[in-house]
Parts: sequence; structure tokens; C-alpha cells
Amino acid sequence: MDSKGILLQIGPFTVRLDSCIEVVNRSVHKLYEGYNFFEEKPDVFIDFYIRIDRPNFYRGYLRSQVQCYVDGITPFKPLPIAQSYPFFEWGLNWIIASHVHYYLLIHAAAVEKNGHVLVLCGEPGAGKSTLCAALASRGWRLFSDEMAVIDLKTNEVIPCVRPISLKNKAIDLIGDFYPGAIFGESFKDTAKGTLSHLKPSKESVKRFEERAFCKWVVFPQYREGSETCLTSIEKDKTVIELAKNSFNYNALGSLGFNSLCDMVERSHCYEFEYSDLNEAITLFDELAC
Amino acid sequence: MNTQNPLLISVLINPEISLDLNLQQWDLLIRQARRSGVLARFGFILEDKGLLSSVPSVALKHIQSTQTYAYQMGMSLKWEIYCIQKVFDTLELPLVFLKGTAYTVANNVASAGRFFSDVDILVPEDKIVEVERALIHGGWKSTHLDAYDQRFYREWMHEIPPMEHVKRHTSIDVHHNILPKTSRFCPNPALLLANIVKVSDKNAWVLSPEDRVIHSATHLFHEGEFDHGFRDLSDLDLLLKEFNTIELFWENLINRAGELDQQLPLYYALRYTSLFFQTPVPNFVLSVSKQWFPNKVHEVSMDWLFCRALMPNHPSCEIFGTGFARWVLYIRSHWIKMPFFLLVPHLCRKGWLRLFEQEEQD
Repeated sequence: MDSKGILLQIGPFTVRLDSCIEVVNRSVHKLYEGYNFFEEKPDVFIDFYIRIDRPNFYRGYLRSQVQCYVDGITPFKPLPIAQSYPFFEWGLNWIIASHVHYYLLIHAAAVEKNGHVLVLCGEPGAGKSTLCAALASRGWRLFSDEMAVIDLKTNEVIPCVRPISLKNKAIDLIGDFYPGAIFGESFKDTAKGTLSHLKPSKESVKRFEERAFCKWVVFPQYREGSETCLTSIEKDKTVIELAKNSFNYNALGSLGFNSLCDMVERSHCYEFEYSDLNEAITLFDELAC
Repeated sequence: MNTQNPLLISVLINPEISLDLNLQQWDLLIRQARRSGVLARFGFILEDKGLLSSVPSVALKHIQSTQTYAYQMGMSLKWEIYCIQKVFDTLELPLVFLKGTAYTVANNVASAGRFFSDVDILVPEDKIVEVERALIHGGWKSTHLDAYDQRFYREWMHEIPPMEHVKRHTSIDVHHNILPKTSRFCPNPALLLANIVKVSDKNAWVLSPEDRVIHSATHLFHEGEFDHGFRDLSDLDLLLKEFNTIELFWENLINRAGELDQQLPLYYALRYTSLFFQTPVPNFVLSVSKQWFPNKVHEVSMDWLFCRALMPNHPSCEIFGTGFARWVLYIRSHWIKMPFFLLVPHLCRKGWLRLFEQEEQD
């Protein structure tokens, strides 16, 4: 690693990124503005090392591919160089999900208002990132749009604020909905279609150490033309659904089970169908009052 | 070995050093240990020495994280063992576990915090069909269904193709020997089975302590890929330290290596555990084993290769020639497992498939 790395604090993790690809560095500096960046020093412990670079001359220059190195190893196949920045975000997701067994990690978005966390859990495409971005643009504090991080000792939700990754139609939708939105570059033809990252609010970034307990677990489903409809669901079913959507539930054993049960015990659990973001936000705002 | 020892090795030899590390050094130590698969084990060693409470919290959470995962894997392994035992209830055969699973059922020090990818068992060759049938009945199925692979395993190897459980997706390797039939040093498996030890009231057996060490050595020093080389060498270190107290262990170990035709792997095991970990191998054992390896040039070259290849599999532990050494040992592993007339067509086929599959993936 000859290049000068970028060291930054992302939620509870200290990450070092090395990349010679300009768009990666540019995007990180734009989207992670206001985060703690620091110098490499003997009193700094780095949790995760990630490098995005051309693998070799043939793949890197003749075929224009990039590779993601996780502390030297390559868990993925190379991707087209145009997807370098998303590769960093995906790589980081993978690193956290496969190394962090000291928190319970749930594939869900999380936002906070008045000291209570709303966890939005759902299949890819269910509209959780869109809903999360919309809430975050209307006064809810962003915790994460990708993984809800739960402390196994206190069962609090820990902020892990990162740019919100929006796909395809959601990019314009949020762009129209939230005129102040700052987006990173658009990346076309990725495995998930067109991808763009929404910069998190200054407030969310600044308060990254303020944890809170979960109060609502919601399984959203966007359906075109549908009424805004919030339906209570049973807690046992919620635990099972969250376990299915957890990255590391199986690795944690009883620790994960107890934490999950406690989290659901203190929460109201709903299924939520929506098509109108304004109505959705009004509803959650009322819930949070 | 001492001037350029990776930090991980220095700390494993002398855990007290960990008290003086700064955070940047802890960072490196955690990465080296994680990559070589000994992070959870390292945690248990610190705990054993009463040093765990002095570990900075930023590093400690990574150690505990891996220990949590290892513990959970151990729980799954116990269930897996129970399921295999149920299959063996229908057979009148001792269930002999090998490698990592053996360390677990025998409660060896080497089992603490160890990860497992599969369960290995040893059965007499004339019972293979019976065992395979019983496992299929219990929900396992054969993998590697390609005719070439089936023949490769069944005619030349010391195990049948790995079997996978249809529901749990766990994997079991059924062995009838510890080295391929095609290997020049293939031992008589009846000798191994004659000395097995029962380790619980249930059907759970392991090789005798000497044979466990020898098998571990044979496995490591016939290995072609060294991703877990350092962990495996550390296994040997822990086994030797644990068995050190058994009466006449070292004498028996030396004799046994002769009976099983495994003197060379044992020589390597003793040499590199003492070089890497300062394992307390008695001098008379080292000098006897040295006589098994009379050629000085060969010794120097093997030192050059193994002192590189067995290092923790982390970029910070690579020195000049590490990649080359691992490549040479990869070729060597095939060379010593198969005669030339089988090896050349086999490697050609593997190489061809690799190219071909790579293109397909692109």
C-alpha cells in the first residue's frame, strides 16, 4: 500500500481506504464530508482495510476492471472500472457483515426521532431505502440505510451513518421530493441498475455516537397506487423475520436471539404498504409524537 | 527466524509482549491472527495467561467476535457429530474422527477457538461402501459427480468424494487412509486403526496421541495450499506441548513414525514447530529425526521454502520469494502424492479446466 490511505470513522468502525481510482477518492470526500478523517498514527487502531484498484495490467487497463482488496484478499470477482465507487460501498458492507460478530447486524434501514428508532426491514426492492431517504430528509436522524447495528449488551441501536444508496427510479423520486438533496455520481448498469448515493445530513453525521432504543419495527412494501396502510403484526413473527434478515444471527447463537427478542419486546411491529411518500411521512411523524 | 519474526509469532511465543504493544501494533497483530485463522485461539492463549483483561478494547472486540463465531461453530459441530453417531449406530464400526474434529472430541488444547470446514472420519477400506450407503440413508449425498472426479477419488485418493448433507449443507470426508493410494509413503491403515482410542461413552474414537501428531504432520507437509499452513503448524505445536507430559511419548512418536513410514513429515513437523514456536522438542528427538534427513542441500532448500510458505497468510508476513515458495510447494504436493505418469495428465486437465471455466465466468 504505497498510496496515501484515507482513514475515517464510519459509525463504530475505523476504516482505511486506499485507492488510485480518482472517482473513489472524489466520491468519498464528497459524500463523507464532515466525518472524522485522521492521520495514521501509533495510537490509531484500524478495524477494516479496503483497497479499490486495478488488479493488473491486463484486467486493469485492457479490460478496464477494478478489484476490491480486503486487507489483501479478494473475496469478489473484478467489476467494470465505472463501478469502482459502488464496489467500495459493497465491499465495506461485506467486510462488516462477515467480520463483526460483536454486534447484531440486521439488513434494515434505521432512522430516529425524539430518541426512538424506527427500523425498516424488507426485501431488496421493497422501498426501504427510499422511505428511509424520505424520512431522513424530513427531520428524522439517519442511523443507517443498509444495516441496523444492535449492541449485544445494551440492545441499543448504534448509528452507522453512510450515504444512502438509491436505485433507478428512487434517485429522481428523492431528487424531486427533497430539493436540498446532494447526490454523488450516478453509476449505470450495475448489478442493481443505476445507482446513486445520497449524502447524509450534517446533523446525522455529527451525532454518530448517539445511540437509541428501537421503538418501531416496520416491514415496508411499496406498491404503486396503494393506500397508505399500517397493520400491526405479531412479535413472534417479527423476531423470525428479523432473524431471517440478519447478517450474523447464525454466528451469534443465544446472544443474537436474546438481543433480538429484547429489541422486539420493546417495539411496536407493523407491516406497511404505501405509494405516497408524503402520506407515509405524516403517518410516521404522528407515530413519533 | 528471530530477526524478522512476524509480530504474531513473537506474541505467540511470549504472550507477555502483548502488554507493551501500541494500538498500531495491535491492529497488525489482529490482522495477522485473523488471516491465519488463529485469532480466537490467540484469545484463549491470552486468557490462559491472564492477559486478556489488558488487551485494549478496540482490539479485544475483534478477538471476542471471532471467539463468539468459533463457539457457535463448535456448537454446530457437536450437533453434526451427534448426527453422524446416529448413522453409525446402524453399523457395527468404531467412529474414528480425524484432524480438527478429533481435537474437539478428544478435548485437546488445539480445539479451542478452531474453525472447521468439514468433519473427517476414518473407516476400513472394505467398509467404505457400507458407510457411504448408511450416510446416504442419513441424508448425505456425494459431491463431485463428474466421472473423472469420481474416478480420481475412488481409484487414487485416500478418501471418497466429500459428501454433503442435503439439509444442513455440512460436509463429511470419509477416509480409508491418511495419504493417497498413489503416494510412495502411503502407510498401512490397519496400523492406525489398531491403536485408536475411545474418548467418550458414545461412539467417538480418535487416533492415538502419537498417530494424531503424525497425521497432522503428514497432512500439513503433503499440503499444496498454505492458506491454513500457519494454523496447522500451530495445531502441531499445541499437540506436542500437550502430549509432552505423556510417559514415553517422544520415544513412541519416533518409533511410530518408522512403522507408519512417516519419518519425513514428522521431521518437518518437529523442525518447524521448534523453529517457529520454540516448541519444547527434546534434543534427542531432534537429533534422531535429523538422521532421517541426511542431505544438507535438501534441508537448506526445504527450510527456504517452508519458512516462507508456513508464515501467517497476510501481506505483512510476505518476504522475498514467498509467492514462489508457495508455488513450488504446490507442485511438490502433487509430485509426492502421485507418480509422474498420473500427475502430468491430471495437472493438464486441471489447468485446462481452470482456463476454460475462467473464460466462461468472464
